[in-house]
Amino acid sequence: MSKDVNATRRKFLGQAAALTGLSVAPGVFLVDLAHGKPADEPVSAKNRWGMLIDTNKCAKDCNACVTACQQENGWGSNEVNSRPDQQAQWIRKVNLKHKATGATYSLPMLCQHCETPPCADVCPTGASFRRADGIVLVDKHICIGCRYCMMACPYKARSFIHEVLQDQSVNAPRGKGTVESCTLCVHRVDRDGENAVPACAEACNEEGHAAFVFGDLNDPDSRLSQTLKKFGSRQIRADLGLNPGIHYKGI
Amino acid sequence: MKSLYYNNKRIATLLVAVLLSFALPAMADTPVPVVPKGKGVKCVEPTDVMRKRHFEFILHQRDATMHEGIRTPQHSLAQCLNCHVPKAEAGQERVRYGSDEHFCSSCHNYAGVTIDCFECHNDGPTGQPLELTGAEGRPTPLAQPLDLVDEAVRVATREEEE
Repeated sequence: MSKDVNATRRKFLGQAAALTGLSVAPGVFLVDLAHGKPADEPVSAKNRWGMLIDTNKCAKDCNACVTACQQENGWGSNEVNSRPDQQAQWIRKVNLKHKATGATYSLPMLCQHCETPPCADVCPTGASFRRADGIVLVDKHICIGCRYCMMACPYKARSFIHEVLQDQSVNAPRGKGTVESCTLCVHRVDRDGENAVPACAEACNEEGHAAFVFGDLNDPDSRLSQTLKKFGSRQIRADLGLNPGIHYKGI
Repeated sequence: MKSLYYNNKRIATLLVAVLLSFALPAMADTPVPVVPKGKGVKCVEPTDVMRKRHFEFILHQRDATMHEGIRTPQHSLAQCLNCHVPKAEAGQERVRYGSDEHFCSSCHNYAGVTIDCFECHNDGPTGQPLELTGAEGRPTPLAQPLDLVDEAVRVATREEEE
């Protein structure tokens, strides 16, 4: 076999191997190049985004999820004229102690993204709403700052902005006179879909605790659904029947 | 009598001339807003369309993004600012909304139109400008037709581009 033939043969085999590796059928690729929905497609009830937080993995003195959320969404440092109890808390660390057994738990508390959110029920303008894919948000364009939702939320997950702000994060526009809360990093979810990792979860992974699992509750094959199926979980104040999208394990 | 008539006519002509001499330069001196030029070759829509309808684009995008998660860059407010507000020079404060040098307020101050976008939104660039070379059409297709923008303008715009 001449050198030329060998070269052609090698090139052909290389290309064939590359093609086989990338696709198993026309249009079906093993290597997923695009993530999430296309930018121009609306969200749908096909997905319901949620999270599982394993309190056994959550370290008592660790605050990485809170810091990461502040960084990502630009809260926590710019409300210089507000009292500490007025300042925003999209996510906070809570330490609990069981009175009877003395067992202690540490967990992050954030908007629970309820299926039937009481905040949206009481909102007089429709600013509090649940997106088709289950993420509960505040449309600040129509929020009048009445704070009914803050009263209605059993998780105390919402904050009100008391002062004029500047240089907000592009991920989370926020301003005086409106209510806000965790958005489940909706900008990341819209970009990455089921591969999205909210800022809190990302920070937790980087710390090596990996207490968060984000995913689609509607997809039985998602890592979240599989983990929930295998290990079970608890929803906080499940007695209220709100069906939160945030599940906890180990409490 | 006749001379008086002519005199009156002459006075009237003189009066008109004097008035015009005041009015004409005044018309030429009508202050117009000085709008800073944006980056890039062209905007996401033709200039005349943007002048008339930018608020409709932004309003539409606002609701689409907020409620449906549609995050196309074409009519995103953040993208407006990425092109139209310059980044802060080293050691200097960036131009802020409210200043006549800020792209949005240069015209809004002139027209006396108060907007509240920047009570929540960052009033400066937060990312890289969209790259439009000028030869291509729309950078991204619209998710759905804009109800507020009449089809006639859109068709005319398309024909112009062709």
